[in-house]
Amino acid sequence: MSERLMSEHSLLEITGLRVGFDTEEGRVQAVRDVSLRLERGEILALCGESGCGKSVTAMSIPRLLPPETTRLSGSIRLDGRELTDLPESALRAIRGKDVSMVFQEPMTSLNPSFTVGFQIAEVLRRHEGMSRTAARSRAVELLELVGIPAPARRVREYPHQLSGGMRQRVMIAIAVACSPRVLIADEPTTALDVTIQAGVLDVFRDLRDRLGTAIILITHDLGVVADVADRAVVMYAGRAVEEASVTELYARPRHPYTAGLMRALPSAAVTGEDGRRRLTEIPGLVPPPFEDPDECAFHPRCPRAREDCTATRPALEAFGTGHRAACFHPLSTAAGGDA
Amino acid sequence: MADQTLSAPLPALAGATPGRARQVWRRFRRRPAAVAGLALVAGFLALAVIGPLVTADPAAQDYSAPLAPPSGGHLLGTDDLGRDLLARIAYGARVSLEAGVLSVLLAMVVGVPIGLVAGYYRRFLDPVVMRLVDVVLAFPFLIFAVGMAAILGPSLRNVIIALGVSQLPGIIRVTRGEVLTLRELDYVAAAVADGAGDGRIMFRYVLPGATSTLIVQATVGIPTAIIGEATLSFLGLGVQPPTPSWGVVLTDAQQFLDQAPWLAIWPGVMIALSTLGFNLLGDGLRDALDPRSVR
Amino acid sequence: MALFILRRLGAAVIVLFLGSVLVFLGVRALPGDPARVLAGQEASPEAIAAIRHDYGLDRPLPVQYAQWVGKALTGDFGRSTQDRLPVAHILTQRLPVTIELSVLAMIVAIGIGVTAGVVAATRRGRFADHVATGFGLVGLSVPHFWLGILGILLFSVRLHWLPASGYVPFTGDPGGNLERMLLPALVLGTGFAAVLMRQTRSAMLESLSADYVRTARAKGLPERSVVGVHALRNSLTTVVTVLGLQLGALISGAVVTEQIFVIPGFGKLTVDAVVTRNYPVIQAVVLVTVAGYIAVNLLVDLAYGVLNPRVRLTGVADG
Repeated sequence: MSERLMSEHSLLEITGLRVGFDTEEGRVQAVRDVSLRLERGEILALCGESGCGKSVTAMSIPRLLPPETTRLSGSIRLDGRELTDLPESALRAIRGKDVSMVFQEPMTSLNPSFTVGFQIAEVLRRHEGMSRTAARSRAVELLELVGIPAPARRVREYPHQLSGGMRQRVMIAIAVACSPRVLIADEPTTALDVTIQAGVLDVFRDLRDRLGTAIILITHDLGVVADVADRAVVMYAGRAVEEASVTELYARPRHPYTAGLMRALPSAAVTGEDGRRRLTEIPGLVPPPFEDPDECAFHPRCPRAREDCTATRPALEAFGTGHRAACFHPLSTAAGGDA
Repeated sequence: MADQTLSAPLPALAGATPGRARQVWRRFRRRPAAVAGLALVAGFLALAVIGPLVTADPAAQDYSAPLAPPSGGHLLGTDDLGRDLLARIAYGARVSLEAGVLSVLLAMVVGVPIGLVAGYYRRFLDPVVMRLVDVVLAFPFLIFAVGMAAILGPSLRNVIIALGVSQLPGIIRVTRGEVLTLRELDYVAAAVADGAGDGRIMFRYVLPGATSTLIVQATVGIPTAIIGEATLSFLGLGVQPPTPSWGVVLTDAQQFLDQAPWLAIWPGVMIALSTLGFNLLGDGLRDALDPRSVR
Repeated sequence: MALFILRRLGAAVIVLFLGSVLVFLGVRALPGDPARVLAGQEASPEAIAAIRHDYGLDRPLPVQYAQWVGKALTGDFGRSTQDRLPVAHILTQRLPVTIELSVLAMIVAIGIGVTAGVVAATRRGRFADHVATGFGLVGLSVPHFWLGILGILLFSVRLHWLPASGYVPFTGDPGGNLERMLLPALVLGTGFAAVLMRQTRSAMLESLSADYVRTARAKGLPERSVVGVHALRNSLTTVVTVLGLQLGALISGAVVTEQIFVIPGFGKLTVDAVVTRNYPVIQAVVLVTVAGYIAVNLLVDLAYGVLNPRVRLTGVADG
């Protein structure tokens, strides 16, 4: 289909994605013109506050948004294959097989009426054509893979018998059962205790290292990003505002919004010298998703805003290799701090 | 309990304001089904109140036209004794209205105070009352009503009593449930803290908060009672001929399905339309009074 | 789980006991003197007194109650005042008829109600949903007996497809039995289907918006598994609960339906007994109905446990 060579395109390429929802109050534009790439074996973090469009962007990939009200345009290519114009039946063959998902709520994302084993085996039978018994024994192996002790016993248990962290591991087991090329994890650790978070994040890292799974990690928690991701895209009001490798981003954030997010991190307060520094929050609220004036959406909350920020919208500009930011007055130097 | 109080609205205080009534009406009006229900109920009321005044005498027998099909003289036709079906249906609407409204009224007048007291004195009275409610609920509705009607003897007054008593457990249960929720709310707690007496708290603070739910409960109780009356009368255990209850007309109609199907059709249509009206009205009121409830 | 069953069982026994007291007192409250009825119009006061003594009617009420319950527990409900047959014998003849009618009606109701509810929920806001919702509302508003009359009018009087009434035992003539039971079962089942449809629809709407349904879709499962396995399974609890709650309505409907179609079942027996003041029969019929009602509700509770692993494994139902 594609004329280009395999090596030329990334595993996943999203270009000019726009996603809106029709509601009774009018069209809500959740994603406005997002382009991003995911390379093979990469862990890419999509971060930003709630409502910035990161989850909608991710859910658009396997098209898990309500079809009646969703208005989607742009291009999503998986290994060069365009997904946006695929019929529902072809997408179903991709979901859970090539692109799989882990959701935020481990407590409610598993079906309470079926055993863990059934829910893992189900996806294997669907996509790998496995028999019931083969899928069952594979389910045990998968539980072991995601670090669940006594998997042979756990496989027969119901979700309510497992802790939140365990359930999230089960969700991951379901997601990786068919060795997907892209695993999308939407706030996978947000609902978990901090002590359990690290363990679950380890599972993701381990999967990438052992199976080469490319992972899109959606999170509002920059601490999580620093922990596991290779590269990060920061989103604000439906647009990507900064993109860089994680080391680069932490060392030299360019966009004032990214810098603000970092100052809001607990670790930023903890590392402060005087020990009395408080968490800094970004003042103001995310703009409403109905209007979209031609200006920097962040300017009302931005300490560096000037007149030109309202004149037109800044585009993503390169700041060295693989580092791009959309800001007229970017932070120039190291250490994501002084504005 | 504690976290519930924070987010809970103040229904009693909001319930009285005219602004709220207008708001409820605006929400109600937006639903075509609810408005249709209101129209059906209004038509039913008009038929019951005005109908018997303008139609023929429901007992007058037209010997020249037994089992006459609908015509100019008898718009809906006549029965085997030549009685005008329209007149009998109009009068039957009055019977249905009486049975529906009075039995629900009876159930409310007796049931609401019981539910209120049971929910309020949760420790002492509640277990006893609720056990009794459970026992009555262990009888299928119609079996209980049939039993009551059998004990009391067949007449409209006794049908009303039987249906009222049959609806009692439901009313008690709903009222009690409301009280249990409401007494935890801030404004009730505040009244308690102010040292208001039990009676004052129950009737001044708790009862107004339960109004919406009780209005809805009454609205859906009426069609149950209308069908109940028609059914008991149909079985010969309710209103007795020659009083033209819809159920009685249907019993008579059964023998003449061949010759006079209109006798069987119109009373049933009336029962269906009036109960449908009350059901739609009840649904509409529920949605309008409590915007949080989604169907 | 054992504790759960025991608790429910205990509650059921208490309700049944109080219910039997209510039945007993209710029958005592019936107008007319049963002894006079038993003795006949012309009986002398002495004869009536003798009958009163024979039947224990001159003893204190608690003693009478204890006697009645004691005998009832051994299956002795006395004799019918109409035909002097043992009431227990009449019950065993009539009960299967009503059970057959109810089971057939239940099949109709589940077939129509659950299907329509699922279809309506998956096509929310669209034409099929409006049709099903309209059916639900109309079905709730139309009384059984009128539906029965309409059915006879249409299928028997006009089309001559089905017999209007009558009953032949299934064992003697299965075809004729089903032919005669079809219309009553349809009539009784339709009203029931309306209720079931409304509840199934709202339960399905809730399940379909649940996170685990999104998970099922994300797995790439075909829509029929998403709806038919994942969402439906979690709605079944509601369906079963509604079946239990509506059992009373089913019994009430059976009473009327049997009356219209002249089916010699339990319901017709009840009405006939009330009309003829056949006290032993009324007493027995109501008691058995209540006992059956309680028993089925108990079964529903247990089925709830089977359907919901949380109840099954811990014995605690939340919510």
